[in-house]
Amino acid sequence: MIDILNSVIPTALFFSAPLIFTALGGVFSERSGVVNIGLEGLMVMGAFVGVVFNLTFADVFGAWTPWISVLVAAIIGGIFSIIHAVASVSFRAEQVVSGVAINFLALGIGVFLTKQWYDKGQTDMVSQPFSSTNIPVLSHIPVIGKMFFQGVYTSSYVAIILAFVAWYVLYKTSFGLRLRAVGEHPMAADTNGINVTKMRYTAVIISGVLGGIGGSVFALTIAANFSATTIVGQGFMSLAAVIFGKWHPLGAMGAALFFGFAQSLSIVSAGIPYLSNVPQVILLIAPYVLTILALAGFIGRAEAPKANGVPYIKGSR
Amino acid sequence: MKKRNIFVLIVLLIALTLTLAACGNSGKTKDSGGKKAEKSGEDADYKAAMVTDVGGIDDKSFNQSSWEGLQAWGKEHGYSKGNGFDYAQSTNESDYMPNLNRLVRDDYNLIFGIGFNLKNDIEEVAKQFPDTEFAIVDDVVEQPNVVSINFKEQEGSFLVGVAAAKKTKTNKVGFVGGVESPLIQKFESGFVAGVKSVNPDIKVDVQYAASFAAPDKGKIIASNMYNDGVDVIYHSSGGTGNGVFNQAKDIKQNDPDRDVWVIGVDRDQHEEGQVGDHNVTLTSMVKRVDIAVQDVANKAMEGKHLGGETLEFGLKDEGISVAMTNKEAMTDDIVKAVEEWKEKILNGDVKVPKTRDEVKEYEKSL
Repeated sequence: MIDILNSVIPTALFFSAPLIFTALGGVFSERSGVVNIGLEGLMVMGAFVGVVFNLTFADVFGAWTPWISVLVAAIIGGIFSIIHAVASVSFRAEQVVSGVAINFLALGIGVFLTKQWYDKGQTDMVSQPFSSTNIPVLSHIPVIGKMFFQGVYTSSYVAIILAFVAWYVLYKTSFGLRLRAVGEHPMAADTNGINVTKMRYTAVIISGVLGGIGGSVFALTIAANFSATTIVGQGFMSLAAVIFGKWHPLGAMGAALFFGFAQSLSIVSAGIPYLSNVPQVILLIAPYVLTILALAGFIGRAEAPKANGVPYIKGSR
Repeated sequence: MKKRNIFVLIVLLIALTLTLAACGNSGKTKDSGGKKAEKSGEDADYKAAMVTDVGGIDDKSFNQSSWEGLQAWGKEHGYSKGNGFDYAQSTNESDYMPNLNRLVRDDYNLIFGIGFNLKNDIEEVAKQFPDTEFAIVDDVVEQPNVVSINFKEQEGSFLVGVAAAKKTKTNKVGFVGGVESPLIQKFESGFVAGVKSVNPDIKVDVQYAASFAAPDKGKIIASNMYNDGVDVIYHSSGGTGNGVFNQAKDIKQNDPDRDVWVIGVDRDQHEEGQVGDHNVTLTSMVKRVDIAVQDVANKAMEGKHLGGETLEFGLKDEGISVAMTNKEAMTDDIVKAVEEWKEKILNGDVKVPKTRDEVKEYEKSL
């Protein structure tokens, strides 16, 4: 049993990390009342920028390259998400449509620029990806140390810590209260002197930043290069994690970890005695089936923020 | 009112993106189309072209290889791109049909469809234009004017299996497949047979990722296999394999003394395995689509009727080979063993199995 956990947990952690980052982005955006289907596109953008920056500046920054790449990807992701903010907040466009446009646009830009800059359909592999490490001190703890702290990626723990930070920001600061108020009842918030537009812009940009981080972390830990098929569905899985986690940062993190755990288990299970007889297909679809079951009954109704997806028009009732 | 404007804006944005993306690929084709109009018919009396899969001619895989073959063929006969040979890029699956039709209209005598994804479209076009010759790579289309180009992947896989069996210290090797299909099972079967031929006690761990584009699953599978004591993994899984390489490189980076190896597929994946001063790519099972394409184009040009035939390229025609780029890892001992078994396959002593049932029989005969 411990052997199984030893192989499941580290893989679950690195699989989940990009999903956690992106899902947190989704939580911020949706909590403020802006539906963000564009998470996938934001991840594509992040992966593209992360890989390109890494390839270009690997010689300059050495071992720090992956971290700086993530930072740059976050900034570009934030800027890119402004498109979604302008369309859905200022111009009150249908947010789902705008999100879909973000997805198309990001993939188009990424593939087009790869073609222009490298003259091929995919980039080379990056020379400075994230690499796994043993976390000092903690990795020496018996049993748990090997399970959680040996051969893990630091980015996974950054993601988990960030989930707690996000929870603190959303639930313990006045900024968070305002952000949630804007998503629940924008008119009431407006009456109390909160600038709805500004809050929503901020939230969408935060989601862009986190989506960019998620995409670049995925590219720099897992895929190592960028092509049209680098990000396929991870953004939508993050979106599912947001809903599965009931629009709560810690819930979203839990859901993302659960996806990672199930995914990892489906592969490791081939070596587990009583699971090895189960056809692999069933294990591969298990995470998604479990999500549907969980949404249908286990966790009760997933209630979205009241004003999610509704543009705020000043003065209307 | 305002809302409608935004809709229009978004639609325009999408359209712009798609056009931009398309430009990157088809711009070149269009240029050459212009040139062709000027010169066509002057000196190229036999013209060949190809329609790519969605990968495009720079996918570092079979599309690129096919295009290299076609270019080599053109060079051999003094043609230039757009005058004698050309390609049409497909950006998605709905492009296959228009691309094929365009090339037929441009009077190409021989048109290659690269990859099994084009099977249905080639079949349909072949029926409509019985006077044009077509070729399909990696699948079989039974039409009198279509030649099917296939490879004996099992032979190359057998040889890399021999290399893996010689290299492993733990007596455990792994196979990571993309989507389970008869084609990928050829790789799997050949590999298993090759490993068992050297040492029947070696355990082969076989796993499928259910996708050719899931590096994350590739990485999880590889991580799990290496944890389990597997030290050589042969992947036959396209982009999913990136995850396998990534995991092997990560292990090597943290612990340069540990022996972990990856065997590449389709082309020499030496470059992918580089990590610092080490290289985790043991060898690669190379599929020379270029040689096959060039060969078929030449034969068709000479007037040989190939339609309806299924050609199989293997070790014999150099359609399949084993990369020897990693000199350090491929010791003399391994190279010798690979050569020995290659000899046995070539002179017919060994018949390499290509399905799982055949593998079982083969194991019994050992």
